[in-house]
Amino acid sequence: MKLRVYLTFDEATVREPIIWKLAKEFDVITNIRTAEVKNNMGLVGLEIEGADDVVEQAIIWLGQQGVHVEPIEQNVIEG
Amino acid sequence: MSESIVRALKCRECGQEYAIEPTHVCEFCFGPLEVVYDYDKLQGKFTRELIESRPQTMWRYKELLPIDGEPTVGVQNGFTPLVRAKNLEKVLGVKELYIKNDSVCYPTLSFKDRVVSVALSKAVEFGFKTVACASTGNLAGSVAANAAAAGLESYVFIPHDLEQGKVLGAGIFGTKIIGIKGKYDDVNRLCSEVAGKYGWAFVNVNVRPFYAEGSKSLGYEMMEQLGWRAPKHVVVPMASGSLCTKVDKSIKEFIKLGLIEDNGTAVYGAQATGCSPISKSVKDGTDLIHPVHADTIAKSLAIGNPADGYYANRVIKESGGWAEDVSDQEVVDAMKLLAETEGIFAETAGGVTLGCAMKMIESGRLPRDESIVLCITGNGLKTQEAIIDAIAKPRIIDANLKEFDALAEADGVATTDK
Repeated sequence: MKLRVYLTFDEATVREPIIWKLAKEFDVITNIRTAEVKNNMGLVGLEIEGADDVVEQAIIWLGQQGVHVEPIEQNVIEG
Repeated sequence: MSESIVRALKCRECGQEYAIEPTHVCEFCFGPLEVVYDYDKLQGKFTRELIESRPQTMWRYKELLPIDGEPTVGVQNGFTPLVRAKNLEKVLGVKELYIKNDSVCYPTLSFKDRVVSVALSKAVEFGFKTVACASTGNLAGSVAANAAAAGLESYVFIPHDLEQGKVLGAGIFGTKIIGIKGKYDDVNRLCSEVAGKYGWAFVNVNVRPFYAEGSKSLGYEMMEQLGWRAPKHVVVPMASGSLCTKVDKSIKEFIKLGLIEDNGTAVYGAQATGCSPISKSVKDGTDLIHPVHADTIAKSLAIGNPADGYYANRVIKESGGWAEDVSDQEVVDAMKLLAETEGIFAETAGGVTLGCAMKMIESGRLPRDESIVLCITGNGLKTQEAIIDAIAKPRIIDANLKEFDALAEADGVATTDK
């Protein structure tokens, strides 16, 4: 599967090479499509490609690293 | 119907253009897509007289909405009252205040009926038979009702622990409701995956560019009802931030088409403090939106990572407006004030809008001597739980005239009986 997500990095994670670690840890292809990085925050539009279960695990791992993961639509659930 | 002036879908980030299809994200940069038009085709044809000759619905501006031909869903929707709020003017000490009252929007009492009728009309054009949304309130009810009236199948996705009353507001229309267990982020991601996998028109995902355009009708009506002019200031509630950008777009379009003079309208955004990522970004002077976990009684505005936050922030800054946020108590107080002064029972989002406007009037951000429109987007009957403890309880008496006489006397009420 190919999953398109936005990753939000906070002050604690913005300097960490987390996308590099992700590709080392899991058999996925990462493709950065957009990014904005500042001192205290980073926003990355990322495509993650791999086997369905591996991509699922990769998403869980990103959350464990303190990265906020959302679909590219961001909040789909509206009031 | 004149020829459609819709040109394309265009990426708001990189400018890449796409054909009119059920798609919403730029394949190159993941930027959101926006409907763009060839306004030149309307020059001299789209006049005040033509608009005024049409039925009083949101579709009297159909050339500026992204459908081909006539609408097929929500044909009667829109054209809600614009109320001159004389009583509230006195309380707030302002000269010219109006309420655009979408708490009485047909058929489900929120401005979502505008966006949903455009989304579903477009879905029918595209050949979809099933429509869907993920919602905790107004959107669910609107999709379910408008789909039912149009003979479309509908699916509504909700968190599994949503209050019964809100489930009822969609369930009555015969929609298929799916409650999803899990944390908000997981539920949210699943909804996105479902939208991508099934061949449905998911109103706030794959037909979102069309859906969002429906909000412009609120702006068009506001300007026509003001006597073909834009207000100096307009205050809108912000969830995703989309309404803020679309009201601004509606004003710019009317100026471009020569329907109104450029009044230098400033757009102001309102949020609840418990979910205020956009107003915080405006106040902090940044354009980065920090996602938050929503915690407010204004549930219809509780979007922690708003997709249009960046664009709303930009509209507010470029138009010379501002953004504010208010506590839940201020929301309740403002709901009561609006009801007691103008007879309008707005949902919590309406309390947010009025509460923030009051704060900005006090701080001088909103001038007291210029025209202000407040956009009220939903009905208070839907969020009664928020104010149940704030309303005076009835005084109970026996069925006995003496008991009432005692109460009346205490209230200082005179009788006509000698």
